[in-house]
Amino acid sequence: MRPLVRSRRGSFDLVVALALALAFGYGAGPAVAGDHIVVGSKNFAENRLLGEMFARLLEARTGLTVERKLGLAGTQVCFEALRTGSIDVYPEYTGTGLVTLLGAKPIGSATATLDSVRGEFLARWDLWWLSPLGFENSFEIAVPRAVATQFNLRTISDLARVAPQLVAGFGHEFVARDDGLPGLEKTYGLHFRAVKQMQQALQYEAAGAGKIDCLDVYTTDGRLVVHDLQVLDDDKNFFPPYEACALVRGATIGRHPEVGAVLGLLAGALDEATMRQLNLRLETRRESVEQVAEDALQALHLVGTRTVRARESQRGNFFSYLWTHRRNLTARTGEHIALSGAGLALGALVAIPLAVWLERRRRIAETVVRIVGTTQTIPSLALLAFMVPFLGVGAAPAVVALWLYAIFPILRNTYTGLRDAAPHVVESAIAAGMTDRQVLWQVRLPLATPVILAGVRTAGVLTVGTATLAAFVGAGGLGEPIVSGVQSVDAVMILSGALPAAALALAADALLGALERSLRPRGLESRR
Amino acid sequence: MGAALEARNVVKRYRNGVEALRGVSLGVEAGETLALIGESGSGKSTLLRMFNRLEDPTSGSIQIAGRPAGDHDPVTLRRQTGYVPQDGGLLPHWTVGRNVELVPNLLGWDAPRCRARADALLELVGLSPEEHRSRYPAELSGGQRQRVAFARGLAADPAVILLDEPFGALDALTRLELQAEFLRLKQQLGKTLLLVTHDLGEAFRLADRIAVLREGVLVQLGRAADLVDHPADSYVRALVAQAPGGL
Repeated sequence: MRPLVRSRRGSFDLVVALALALAFGYGAGPAVAGDHIVVGSKNFAENRLLGEMFARLLEARTGLTVERKLGLAGTQVCFEALRTGSIDVYPEYTGTGLVTLLGAKPIGSATATLDSVRGEFLARWDLWWLSPLGFENSFEIAVPRAVATQFNLRTISDLARVAPQLVAGFGHEFVARDDGLPGLEKTYGLHFRAVKQMQQALQYEAAGAGKIDCLDVYTTDGRLVVHDLQVLDDDKNFFPPYEACALVRGATIGRHPEVGAVLGLLAGALDEATMRQLNLRLETRRESVEQVAEDALQALHLVGTRTVRARESQRGNFFSYLWTHRRNLTARTGEHIALSGAGLALGALVAIPLAVWLERRRRIAETVVRIVGTTQTIPSLALLAFMVPFLGVGAAPAVVALWLYAIFPILRNTYTGLRDAAPHVVESAIAAGMTDRQVLWQVRLPLATPVILAGVRTAGVLTVGTATLAAFVGAGGLGEPIVSGVQSVDAVMILSGALPAAALALAADALLGALERSLRPRGLESRR
Repeated sequence: MGAALEARNVVKRYRNGVEALRGVSLGVEAGETLALIGESGSGKSTLLRMFNRLEDPTSGSIQIAGRPAGDHDPVTLRRQTGYVPQDGGLLPHWTVGRNVELVPNLLGWDAPRCRARADALLELVGLSPEEHRSRYPAELSGGQRQRVAFARGLAADPAVILLDEPFGALDALTRLELQAEFLRLKQQLGKTLLLVTHDLGEAFRLADRIAVLREGVLVQLGRAADLVDHPADSYVRALVAQAPGGL
């Protein structure tokens, strides 16, 4: 029950968890060696910020080269990446470790929770929880100040007293989970007049407009400050403690003890008020994670005064934003093209020969095509997440996922194209004395070329679109600005990824369309 | 010397239980043109397709050049047998020249010989090689395509040519023109021709003998005059009466 769980992608976190449960315990990712350390983070603002702070601090205070894999798709991906050695450290919350990763029941005390996850993580995976950073990011129940004053509310028990007169607006995940609303209702005997389910961003708006009287929030959410909400005291300790810590691989500490020492400088350094202010800068003022992380470290006197590279002109129009970020966007576009190109090429490389092979085995062909078709039904993120335990994070899982997605459209088109190639033409070729092989290569394949290329074209557009999700497994691409932009509700940043991605999809379509026309055998133009 | 092509009590039953042929026996003499006539579903095409092993009989036997069809390797047999389907069956992605050279190519003739042969045949069917050789089938008229199909059927100089409704897809005028051409070629080349048609007038004009098939059974086999003067049953009588132009 952490921000990552209930944020925008809350619903498929479950799918991700399922996929990973299947893969649990298998495989080991590539180990990171040398004077090189990889810092990861989940894909919401606070976690990214902490990741960036870890990275900057390590850069400033150690001789290590730091690589960032920030914005990975949620707890499961981060954890698997860490466990398998694709990353060395990421910010995690003790409650998440206990409830989500260990599957244990929540414990009321923060100390006991930390103690429990430390012991289990060390024993099971040699992963170390460093000292808490100093703040908790728990679930809380908040009410608009006016409501608090009107009913004299300080605690959730107070709320229970007047709840039948109130309308609550809760996040979908919060309503569904036992450690959310159902448990809360049971513990406090809460009964609202009505419960509305809504998106997190809308909850604040609705509370501000007086449409709801009560909502679920996070301790460190910067918007608490803006929207004049009062957080109610969890007087029965229903919500488990979620202390933020650096979670590090034991092997990494063994190789580079300074990592533990340097990150230890952050122990107790960030309280809730500070975190709320930092989050506010990210969430509503749309400052860059780099800038906020640097400022925070400077304020703590953990790094010297220096300017942040890649300063942003925060406001300004879309085009000036594109211009300011041209380096980064060009690199992301390059990654995007490389990822989708590799996925598509590998897809064609497998799908076309497979279809040719199946053409001679009609009896099993339909079944095989249908089985391959099920790859399309796997949600992209679940597929990506599923790859992480085997392939770590980075380009490898993304390319493999894109490859799997590209196979089906090409396979289906190639197979049906070969099978249905103008029957009378095929028969006259057989009647002329062509062998099966000659019929395949000289008649069926050329006749099927337009259909095959149409399949490649479909797969190409699909791949370019899906590659935006590669950002969730740290593979870069144009999904990176989209994901970051979604977290900081920054439309310009989202567009800086989304528009080039859309343009790429159109370009891929046009390019593959041109390829289709140029490779179409002469003589087929006017017939079909 | 026996028949060039012979069917002995041939039965063809498909997996779905449909019987296309129910014990048909007939022979085609070398150099003769035999027309197989009947409605769709009469089994005439099925019988034709047995002579290049596109189909094999369920029971009975097919003899080709005095040997059972089963003794012939299908690929070799097909390369030795001309085949002209209804719509020409030209490979749309190949030029006219390459289409005509198909069988000689499969037989491994060298390129100049293939080329010379294709040109000669295009000439023979009334198409100028210079003008048509490099064109694609889609760029030709239906009649021209069918001429190319004839040229292709003749390319490797087969002794037997199987024609499956070769004039079926043509308009009336083109059909008459091509039938006249066919008669000329037939006289000139002296091939054994097996012609499937549903048009008795066409059969009368083009064939030496006519086999009438109905629901998989051979109703009558004879010359045009036999069918007219001594129809085997009421079906043949009705068929003859309906034939446009008659004799």
